[in-house]
This record gives sequence, C-alpha cells and structure tokens, in this order.
Amino acid sequence: MIDLDELHRREWARVVATLARSFDLDTAEDAAAEAFVTAIERWPETGVPDNPGAWLVTAARNRAIDRARRERTRSERQAAGHERLVVRAEPTVRADVDDDVLRLVFTCCHPALALEAQIALTLRLIAGLGTPEVARAFFVPEATMAQRLVRAKKKIAAAGIPYRVPERDELPERLAGVLRVVYLIFREGYAPSGGADVVRIDVCDEAIRLARLLADLLPDEPEVLALLGLLLLHHSRRLTRTDEDGDVVLLADQDRQRWDRDAIAEGTLLAARALRRAPGPYALQAGIAACHAEAEVDWRAIAGLYDRLARIDPSPAVTLNRAVAVAEVEGPAAGLAMVDSLLTTATGEAIGRTSHQPHLVRADLLRRLDRPEEALIAYRRALGLATTEPDRRFLARRIDELS
Amino acid sequence: MRYVLLAYEPATAGELSDEGWAAQVADTVALEAGLGDELLAREVLADVDTATTVRVRGGEVAVTDGPFAETAEVLGGFLLVEAADLDAAIAIARRWPAARSGSVEVRPVSA
Repeated sequence: MIDLDELHRREWARVVATLARSFDLDTAEDAAAEAFVTAIERWPETGVPDNPGAWLVTAARNRAIDRARRERTRSERQAAGHERLVVRAEPTVRADVDDDVLRLVFTCCHPALALEAQIALTLRLIAGLGTPEVARAFFVPEATMAQRLVRAKKKIAAAGIPYRVPERDELPERLAGVLRVVYLIFREGYAPSGGADVVRIDVCDEAIRLARLLADLLPDEPEVLALLGLLLLHHSRRLTRTDEDGDVVLLADQDRQRWDRDAIAEGTLLAARALRRAPGPYALQAGIAACHAEAEVDWRAIAGLYDRLARIDPSPAVTLNRAVAVAEVEGPAAGLAMVDSLLTTATGEAIGRTSHQPHLVRADLLRRLDRPEEALIAYRRALGLATTEPDRRFLARRIDELS
Repeated sequence: MRYVLLAYEPATAGELSDEGWAAQVADTVALEAGLGDELLAREVLADVDTATTVRVRGGEVAVTDGPFAETAEVLGGFLLVEAADLDAAIAIARRWPAARSGSVEVRPVSA
C-alpha cells in the first residue's frame, strides 16, 4: 500500500510547479489539490498507477484546462477576441521538473512580497501544507492566512513577478532571501513566538524538508548546504531541550545520549563542506552548532567563529552569543562587559526593551560573578519580557533559587 | 507589461550641489538612452511648491494649495516603461538615480 502522506510531500511541489508553467498560481494550486483528492478516492480501488507523479500532473493539468476554459467562456461573453488557451509543453525529464520547482521557490520568496507572505506561500505551495496548518504554524487566524495567500498570489499575477530562477549576478542576493524564509520557518518551530511548547517538531521538520529540497536542487551553493547542516544540528537536540513537564533544559544540562547522532553526523559534514568553500553566515553558524555537538565543547573555536560572524552580521543576537562564548573563554566578567556595552548602543537598547534574551544572559553572568542582587533584577526584567510559558517558568525557577 | 516608475525624492532634493545635479542628470540621460523603445514616456515634475490639490465632495469643489499629503518624500517625476516582468522593471528602477537619492515606486499599469 502506498503512503499517501509521503507521496503528497514528495510530489506536491512538483505538480504545482509543473502546472505553474502554463497557469496562474491559483489555478495550479487548486488543480493540484483536486488531483490529490481524486488520487486518494480512486487509488484504493484501481490500484496505484506505475508513475504516480506523472498521473497526478496529468490529472491536475486536465482540471486546470477545464477551469481555464470555464473562465474563458465567462469572459468571452463580456469581450470578444481572446487569446487561445496555450498549454506549454511540460517537461518529462526529472531534472527539468526540478528546475520548475526551483522557479516556484524563487517566485514564492520574491522580495517584492512581504516577508510573511513569502513564508506563507512557501509553506503552502512548496511544502504543501494546507491553509489551516500554515495558519496554525504562525498563530494567525485561518481567515487571515487565507487572505494573506490570496493577496500574495494576486500580487504575483498583477505585478508580473516572474516564474524564473534569477540570473547569476542576482542569485546570491535572491538566494539569501530564500534561505531566510526557510530559516524563519525553522525558528518558528525551534523557538515558537507564542504558545505552550518549547519546540514544535512538526514545524521544524517542514523547514528541514524545505532545506533538503533546496540542497538537492542547488548542490553547489555552500550556503544552502550550510543551512541544511545548521537546521539538522539544532534539530538533533529536539528530544532533550525539554523535560517531561515541558520545561526548558539548558544545553549544558541536556542528556547527550539522546541527541540524534545521525543528524549531528550529517550536519557536521555539511558544515565542514560549506566552511571549506565559503564561510558565509549560515556556514559559520553551522560550524558553531557543530562545535556545540562535540563531546568536548571547544569554546575558543566557538568564540572565533562568532568573531567572524560578527564581521558579516553585527546584529545584537550575534553580539549576545559572542558574549556567552567569550565568557566561557575569558570568564564571566569579560562576557558581561560585552553585554553591557551592547545594551548602550541604539539597537542594543531597543532589543533590551523588547527581548528577554539580553537580560537572561546578563543575569546568568551576574549570578556566576556572585552578584545575586543584580542577577535577580536582571532575571525579573527577563521574566517581564518573556513571551512563551516554558521561558517564563524557567525564569521563575531561577528567581526562586536566588531569592 | 507596462510599468510606471514613480520617483519619490526628499523634499530637500532641490538643495543638491551643482556637481550632484550634473551627475544625476548624466546618469538619467544615460539610462533613458539605454532604454530605447522600452521607454514609453517620461516627465520631470515642477517643484512640489507648485502643486494644487482638487477634491470634489458632494458636488462641492475644494481647491487647495500643496500636494495631497505633506510627506518627507515627494513625487518628482515618472517613467513609463515596457518591461518583460517585475524583475526587468526593478532592474530599470535600480539604475535610476532617483532610487539613490529617494525611492522609486514600481507599479504595473492596470491590464
């Protein structure tokens, strides 16, 4: 018996992308969805066709042609003289279908679309999630998400956003946008922006599937390999980041026996390959994540990688992590000095007002410096800014221990 | 497809140095010459101080001095171009000096 979920995951984007050559995205999406429904209804009786992918494309194409004809008849009643419906030749070679999927990825992640729309389109059209699942993934009401998707597809059609892989000179910039979308999807699973869970493994799984798809389509791009490596390394700790009560367990306290060894091995290999070829931001982050997965954590190496990362990306988040690494190498006072100087900069100050992270790092360093009163104040500030329940419980525990 | 490229420039753009102006004009001329037949229309607007706004509400005509909204960046000119898709239109916009001194809004012409 065929695993329909697995088939859907594997073939969805290919069916949509193949149809998107000849039809608008709305039609391509609806026709693909109808083809999968037909398959689910029919295959248990008729048996699975020899080439399920080709069957689905044919079924979807027939639906799309029907729909285009219906719409044409409707508009022909209003205006005479219409272009003939042209269905472009569809590729039969797997490599050409892959090119179509890549085109669709770049269309979904076009910078002329709002970031939240890019994320929504990628989850719907590439990952094949249903609109309710996409909505749940980002804590957005279903109607809002449906509207967001409709508006985005409308803009693609009306503004003439192309269905094309960008030219060589544009590629790095556009690829960075695609990788960011996948990374943000992962982050929503790894560190949810709301809700009761510390980690949402299903959202992470979707992001990893997307990263793997990109790595298959663009095997020569070091940053693509690096992103897959980074996500695998983070995800390798998915079972140990919380305890039985759903509370946060810090990296140092986690049971390393339960880390996913296969994910670590693959992630480390990808990180090393990417770093050798081009130390881009994802390669450096993957390198750092690989260091953390080692039995003996080399903090000096981690601090060095953060130094290089800060030169490419001098963001508060990077500075904060660098401070943590420096604290391990040179002692908590050195780390604390870095956090304090970050909080005096304009961007640092803004982060300090909205995120619990810098206060949490400060508090831990103050505690290690045996300055409990100041640590307590910092933990309380962090508690006031933390948004997820597990973070709040973790901070409340720390405050209890100190007071 | 046809796109209108609207140049929004800081209201202080008039204070640009002579060399600054000369460079902008030279770059604009070069861009427009390079576009050839793809350039369907172009105009530079007179200073925003010359703008007049007209509104008709319930048959009443209201004529007021100034642009429709007081903003930091004001409409300074436009290009109407023929381009294959949005990427081609963006490629034109990024070469337009207006994108460096202000912002260029790219809008497809309604089909």
